[in-house]
Amino acid sequence: MPPKRITIRDHSAEANLFARRTVITLLGIVGLLCVLISNLYYLQVTRFQDYQTRSNGNRIKVLPVAPNRGLIYDRNGELLAENRPSFTLEVVPEQVEDLNQTLSELAALLQISDEDLEDFRQELKSQRRFKPVALKSRLSHEEVALFSANQHKYPGVSVEARLTRYYPYGETLTHMLGYVAKINKKDLQKLVEAGQEDNYAATYNIGKQGVEKFHEDRLHGQVGYQEVEVNNQGRIIRTLEFQPPTPGEDIILNVDVKLQRVIQGLMQGYRGSVVVIDPNNGAVLALYSNPSYDPNLFVHGISSKDYRRLLQSPDRPLINRATQGQYPPASTVKPHLALLGLDEEVITPQTRMFDRGTYRLKNVERPWRDWKKWGHGWVDVTKSIEVSCDTFFYDLAYRLGIDSISEMMVKFGFGDYTGIDLYEESDGNMPSRGWKRAKHNQPWYIGDTISVGIGQSYWTTTPLQLAKSVTVLVNHGTRYVPQLMRGRYVDGEIQLNAPRELSPLVLKHPQNWDVVLDAMYGTVNREHGTARKAFKDTKYISAGKTGTAQVISIAEDEEYDAEKIAEHHRDNAMYIGYAPYDNPQIVVTVAMENAGGGSSQAAPIARKVMDYFFENQPVESYAAQ
Amino acid sequence: MLRSKLDPNKRSIWQKMHIDLPLLLGLLTLMGVGLFVIYSAGGRDWDLIERQLIRLALALTVMLAVAQVPPLAYRRLSVHFYVVGILMLVAVLVMGTVGKGAQRWLDLGFMRFQPSEIMKLAVPMMMAWYISRFNLPPRLLHIIGGFLLLVAPTLLIAKQPDLGTSLLIASSGLFVLFLAGMSWKLIGSVAILGSAFAPVMWFFLMKDYQKQRVLTFLNPESDPLGSGYHIIQSKIAIGSGGFSGKGWLHGTQSQLEFLPERHTDFIFAVFSEEFGFTGILLLLVLYCFIIVRGMIIATRAQEAYSKLLAGSLTLTFFVYVFVNMGMVSGILPVVGVPLPLVSYGGTSMVTLLAGFGMLMAIGTQRRLLSR
Repeated sequence: MPPKRITIRDHSAEANLFARRTVITLLGIVGLLCVLISNLYYLQVTRFQDYQTRSNGNRIKVLPVAPNRGLIYDRNGELLAENRPSFTLEVVPEQVEDLNQTLSELAALLQISDEDLEDFRQELKSQRRFKPVALKSRLSHEEVALFSANQHKYPGVSVEARLTRYYPYGETLTHMLGYVAKINKKDLQKLVEAGQEDNYAATYNIGKQGVEKFHEDRLHGQVGYQEVEVNNQGRIIRTLEFQPPTPGEDIILNVDVKLQRVIQGLMQGYRGSVVVIDPNNGAVLALYSNPSYDPNLFVHGISSKDYRRLLQSPDRPLINRATQGQYPPASTVKPHLALLGLDEEVITPQTRMFDRGTYRLKNVERPWRDWKKWGHGWVDVTKSIEVSCDTFFYDLAYRLGIDSISEMMVKFGFGDYTGIDLYEESDGNMPSRGWKRAKHNQPWYIGDTISVGIGQSYWTTTPLQLAKSVTVLVNHGTRYVPQLMRGRYVDGEIQLNAPRELSPLVLKHPQNWDVVLDAMYGTVNREHGTARKAFKDTKYISAGKTGTAQVISIAEDEEYDAEKIAEHHRDNAMYIGYAPYDNPQIVVTVAMENAGGGSSQAAPIARKVMDYFFENQPVESYAAQ
Repeated sequence: MLRSKLDPNKRSIWQKMHIDLPLLLGLLTLMGVGLFVIYSAGGRDWDLIERQLIRLALALTVMLAVAQVPPLAYRRLSVHFYVVGILMLVAVLVMGTVGKGAQRWLDLGFMRFQPSEIMKLAVPMMMAWYISRFNLPPRLLHIIGGFLLLVAPTLLIAKQPDLGTSLLIASSGLFVLFLAGMSWKLIGSVAILGSAFAPVMWFFLMKDYQKQRVLTFLNPESDPLGSGYHIIQSKIAIGSGGFSGKGWLHGTQSQLEFLPERHTDFIFAVFSEEFGFTGILLLLVLYCFIIVRGMIIATRAQEAYSKLLAGSLTLTFFVYVFVNMGMVSGILPVVGVPLPLVSYGGTSMVTLLAGFGMLMAIGTQRRLLSR
């Protein structure tokens, strides 16, 4: 439009121009509105699902709900591990404005120790900021009330009621039950590897030792979920859906806690262990290691002072001596060796030899000594077991050779894990030529074999292994895996586990079983038996074998004098036994460190265990299922 | 029909009161909608509603008062307004009160006052006065003059910094020039100049937080918890509203407070979440009704000054709506522009309705104008 140079305004032309421009702007508005509307259409219609999901993601949080841990009972229904409500003061770091200020005020209000604060700060570093961190556990009801009255001053701090494990029998069952404690990084890593991370999303504690650890999968249960609506502060507005967790299984152990307590009493003042097994099925009726400790200390996080004390104690209470203690079996394995000799026809029940107190090999300067300096005189295999004659077994071992011994003893379970439902177990050592070559890079000497004949040399075993081997003896070769778990409650009904039976140990001449069992009978009941004194006048008939293991080797011309030797170098006292002789219900092994002789120290304890067992318990209740 | 309405003997009671009924009804409907959304967005707080009602009453009173003034008087006062406004903007820069990181207020002792609000009216008035003095379409010289009048307030307000308002003021002036018939060639060259000016703005005029807003706008997901949070939550609110919305008081994004600035700048997101796409269309119909009504008043005005002023005010109102909806739905960067008539609070409500008062004056007082 060319500019017109006119002085008089052309109002209609101006109005037309304005109208044209108005139409153009209106068209422009329509265009912009189209852009706006198409974008809104895209957001609200095309991508509706997407944004709805994100909106729900904002407001809906799925919170895991921890399952209640399964309870643990003994065979008579005594509660061994229970869950008790416990109040914990928790802080969500993200929601606290001034953490230091809050902490110092809370510390004054609830008397929070410096150690708790230290632990809290440690924990804080490793946790994500929106996860609650425990500041103080086991609040008393007074403390809960005190905090509740002041809670409004401390946003982000709350008292959480949680069920936590409690072991009413304390140290009596520690090495068997183990304990639960806080899930640490290593546990978490294992859970991730096992794909169990989600299942433990709400769980604080996990089995660390013993049955609690071994049967963790049964005891833990399945996590539940709570779907909640939250606002932008993360505060829960309402619950939308609740999928309850599946509680862990309540399990029953074979242990008889009363028997276990009797044993605990008997073992006070000693370092050692007692194992009681039902030979008819491998059920572990008692398994006690002394000294013990209170597992409840660990549940809420043991203080570093207490932990150091346990860790540094020379008595090493943390060790489960029944399954982890590795001792020379000493004379307790003479029945096993005798059985091998008989079955390999190296000896017969009638084979006799004269014991002068020493055993010599040709071309070997050094003699092997019998524990009885002047010897036992004429002995056969039965008497050798009864009186625990060493010379007879030196000779027997010499004639059997290490290969034969090693092969047979492995069948009894020596040198291998028993298969008990515990992770805290050692395998002991059944020496062989190959083992010595691999371990010490040395050839096997004949002298080594001779010491093996009295359960010394490189031979080590755990008391539980020893007990298992005795069940094989009394069962004439039937082998059961020792089991702590007896069964479980399924909908209120007891469901018992089947015994775990291994392939039996078969002899060439099965009558040989009775020869050695008779000798074990003699040990307890005949005139010269080493356990006769300890088992005098019992109301039941038992059989057994004593053992006294050298902890340090004694020079050939020296005599053992307990008084002169440092306490930690004294002999270990061992005993294996079972009763009743004609219908075995229990196998008992006792192992006592540095206590002295097997017949004087270990056998009396085994007797008291059996006395209690047969006097206080009806035999039927222990019978095979 | 048109003639009869112009007949002085047949003036309705509304015309006697200088009220444009359709415009008034449109405004009241939008305000009513706004009250409902504020009630929902503000967590059912009656205090908010009360305060908003007082503000609306005040603004409507101002509108009615302004409507009584003859347009001729506005024309005469244009220069005074403009000069006073510029002086106050300079005063703000020199001695203004700082709030929310910007220097926008003048403390008058008894109240705090935002001079940029005056400029929202003074700039279109001044521009219309200046351009309407010459024959239309304006010549290049006059256009340049107009630009110069526009540059000063725009830069002064942008410097405060208040990018949203300076944008609105600049567009109100540009609308005057466009409606006056600025030639397309010139428009083209200005557009090119403008785009050349953009980098200058970026590097010399824009504050860091403004740059951040633009960057966030371009990619909100880059900082979902920080500066991108507003826009992400807003888009979630709008998108999850779907076709028919979650229902009044049932918008989870707003009720559970995920959405920031719910009852002020982002109220459109609340509305979209609760009333959905259909609600938005109805809301836009209401806005369009007001805009069309404003443009009708502008075209009917006999005098160039009134036409330009009415047109500019109406189109700026549209810019308000478009910029707010655009920023909340993520097609424009976040500048602090409320949704007119619906958002809670603000002196802007008074200014806005004063503008509508002028529109009504122009629409109902044509008879009193001399040619």
